[in-house]
Amino acid sequence: MKLRVNNKEYSVEVANNPSLLEVLRDKLDLTGTKYGCGEGACGACKVLVNGIPTPSCITPVTSVSGKKVITIEGLAENGELHPVQKVFLEEDVFQCSYCAPGMVITAAALLKKQPDASTQDLIDGLNGNICRCCTYPAIINALKKIIQKEGEQ
Amino acid sequence: MKLKANKKQSPIKNKAVKAIGNISRRSFFKYMGTGVATYIAWSDVFVASAIQANDKHSTFPDQELISSWIHISPTGDITVFTGKVEIGQNIRTSLSQVVAEELFVAPEAINMIMGDTALTPYDRGTYGSLTTLQISPILRMAAANLREILVEEAQKTWGIKSSSLTLSDGMVIDPSSNKRLAYGDLVKDKQLLRKVNKNVKTIAPEEWKVAGHSIPKINGRDFITGNHRYVSDMVLPGMVFGKVLRPPAYGAKLLFADTSEAEKIPGVNVVKEGDFIGVTAADTLTAAIALASIESSWDRSPPVQRSELFEHLVNTAAEKKVVSKGLVDAYDQGDVKLDKSFEVDYIAHVPLETRAGLASWENGYLEVWAGTQRPFGLHEDLQKTFDLPVDSIRVYVPDTGSGYGGKQTSEVGVEAARLAKHVGKPVKVCWTREEEFKWAYFRPAGVIQVRASLSDGEISSWEFHNFNSGSAGIDFPYKGGKKHLEFHRSSSPLRQGSYRALSSTANVFAMESIVNDLAISLGEDPLRFRLRNLENSRLKAVVKAAAQAFGWERQKSKDNIGYGMACGTVKGGYVATFVEVEVEKNSRKLIVREVVTAFECGVIINPRHLESQVIGCVLQGLGGALFEAVDFKDGNLTNASLASYRVPRFKDVPKMKVILLNRADLPSSGAGEAPIVCIAPALRNAIHDASGIKLYKLPMLPSGIVPDNA
Ligand code: FES
Ligand code: FES
Repeated sequence: MKLRVNNKEYSVEVANNPSLLEVLRDKLDLTGTKYGCGEGACGACKVLVNGIPTPSCITPVTSVSGKKVITIEGLAENGELHPVQKVFLEEDVFQCSYCAPGMVITAAALLKKQPDASTQDLIDGLNGNICRCCTYPAIINALKKIIQKEGEQ
Repeated sequence: MKLKANKKQSPIKNKAVKAIGNISRRSFFKYMGTGVATYIAWSDVFVASAIQANDKHSTFPDQELISSWIHISPTGDITVFTGKVEIGQNIRTSLSQVVAEELFVAPEAINMIMGDTALTPYDRGTYGSLTTLQISPILRMAAANLREILVEEAQKTWGIKSSSLTLSDGMVIDPSSNKRLAYGDLVKDKQLLRKVNKNVKTIAPEEWKVAGHSIPKINGRDFITGNHRYVSDMVLPGMVFGKVLRPPAYGAKLLFADTSEAEKIPGVNVVKEGDFIGVTAADTLTAAIALASIESSWDRSPPVQRSELFEHLVNTAAEKKVVSKGLVDAYDQGDVKLDKSFEVDYIAHVPLETRAGLASWENGYLEVWAGTQRPFGLHEDLQKTFDLPVDSIRVYVPDTGSGYGGKQTSEVGVEAARLAKHVGKPVKVCWTREEEFKWAYFRPAGVIQVRASLSDGEISSWEFHNFNSGSAGIDFPYKGGKKHLEFHRSSSPLRQGSYRALSSTANVFAMESIVNDLAISLGEDPLRFRLRNLENSRLKAVVKAAAQAFGWERQKSKDNIGYGMACGTVKGGYVATFVEVEVEKNSRKLIVREVVTAFECGVIINPRHLESQVIGCVLQGLGGALFEAVDFKDGNLTNASLASYRVPRFKDVPKMKVILLNRADLPSSGAGEAPIVCIAPALRNAIHDASGIKLYKLPMLPSGIVPDNA
């Protein structure tokens, strides 16, 4: 089938109905999207499907045919990091950073939908993403900085 | 196609030289090319800090071997070699900072080669909070020595004796003539290797400009863009994906396996070697399908059930030592006596990156990439498994998706190597979450029995037995009476091993619960009681700092609110945690409203990263305190998934405050463990304050509901 990832067309084999995660990682060598649980419980594998953050581990690749998939590798535009990536870097939030791609994807979609999200909105929206190093407070603080900046403009 | 890994992996030009963690002084420049370098021998490391006596991983290196070194090349590249690994504790950054400070360059100018057995000197492993304690001061010293050499070389070149030369941004400068020379130019055509002279002065922490500051994670951008390749992300030309057949229960023995269906799948290879059965395929899914199509039967021995666990741990323990008559008498004569037993469940590390290994054989030379805390430990395992000479194996650990003490072994590296050997192609094995839960190891379960007494308001006896979870953190930091502290080894039904702070969490939980209860039985404020009885001034200082930041004296806004505290010390770190909880009136649901932690571990190298470690410890500890537990039945884990094993999430995070005390006059210790130990007892004591209920088991409230009688 044809697959559109990060604005590029790919043609992939879909025998045995692989998950989107398996195709991204094993076939397209887009390894920025991580495996954490394989059952939609940790958020490490989230990608944007038509702008909606989606756990790619439980998404059959056939179900995204004709849709636009954006992974962590495709979030920066013209070499310019996404504001969520920038603020996470500036605030130096992560430890091992294995959760970072999933967090960035989820937070980017959340802030797009709700640019003035409250702290509770952030917590609710990100609760499906696990950071086992527990950098949660730093993640929330960093996102609040973006929201504040937006508010001031 | 090339190896898809990270940059900066292999700075050594001469690939033919494959020294194995034991680079000798004689072979050094064959290995490194020209330039100057300073090195530290293992004997210096041992002097720098005493190694813990009960350290299990006891392959002690030859004392005269190089332990770490720093090299400056003729192009001015500064490279540090250490066998430690980066697993999220951000030591790549903190070690770069201390070296950059001494050499007057930016931390990004330091190339830190870590955890590569072909390039870095032998190291026993990254665990036990030893990196900052041991490696950081000696790297500082090595860098300071290098600075001295650079100044000497500049003096020689300019034919001057002036001691007023300065260094800045990779240059040595003579302020009187304004002459300057880059480090690279100063070392050109030289081959100078010098052992560290410990009399050379390092820069005092009060004057630090790079160390001591919050420098962001050094290669942070690679992680935030998904470009960093963890082992699970790495790709070699021709690589296939491997999976290994697991028993249906712990201790089960393979009787019979039929792999014929798997063998029929195109592109699938089945590997059988004794009890080891594995498959490889061109992608993960096909490998999983092949594995699932293997029919097998197993002999299962009757295992210990979870319901019998605690009894089993006590019953299988070595016999107790005799408790002195003095202690028994002191206890008998006490005016207050407490005799309590605590239980601590097994918990899992759950590193977000599951174990991964990638292996490749080429003409008898084995290369293995694995996410492990002990690259040289894996190296030894590979030597034994494949009967290989030391210099035909290379293990490499790229920055890894965390460990928390859970990645000291690396079965997955051996599995990948075994499969690769049979199929004649590079093989990557990534454990599933289920495998990670079932086939890694756990923080030990344990039973702790405490008998304590007070006489005239003072602690008159303290008898403390830990069954199975360990002796770390068993010391009693309070003054008072007769003491008996004993750890009993038991037979553990599940595979257990290291974990952040290991048994200190269990021991401090029991200790700080009982100490709190003793204070309450006297009608004395638990804070006052502790300050009156604590002996260590560093511990007292964190208690005071946390009490003040928390506002221990403040009024409670409702009567179902409780305050609790605890303090403790682990491996040179001093911690106090204060919490406020609410037990909801009708539902009896526990709400953790606020957590304040004060921490001190000597001089601070990177405040931001230290804060992050403290928060990470406290929140991870909150999981084990309240709800994390491994459940098992008939030798099988029944909650081996992230949907059923609960770890802390955003919604579990209370309001938090961290106070870091900086002791510029004291060497730094590690911070990845100590701050975890106080959250459980502080919560327990706060729950008691709010509800009158005393809890004696970790996790305390898997359901989140405080019982109304306990
Ligand atoms: S790997 Fe998909 S949600 Fe965890
Ligand atoms: S930083 Fe390690 S899992 Fe989030």
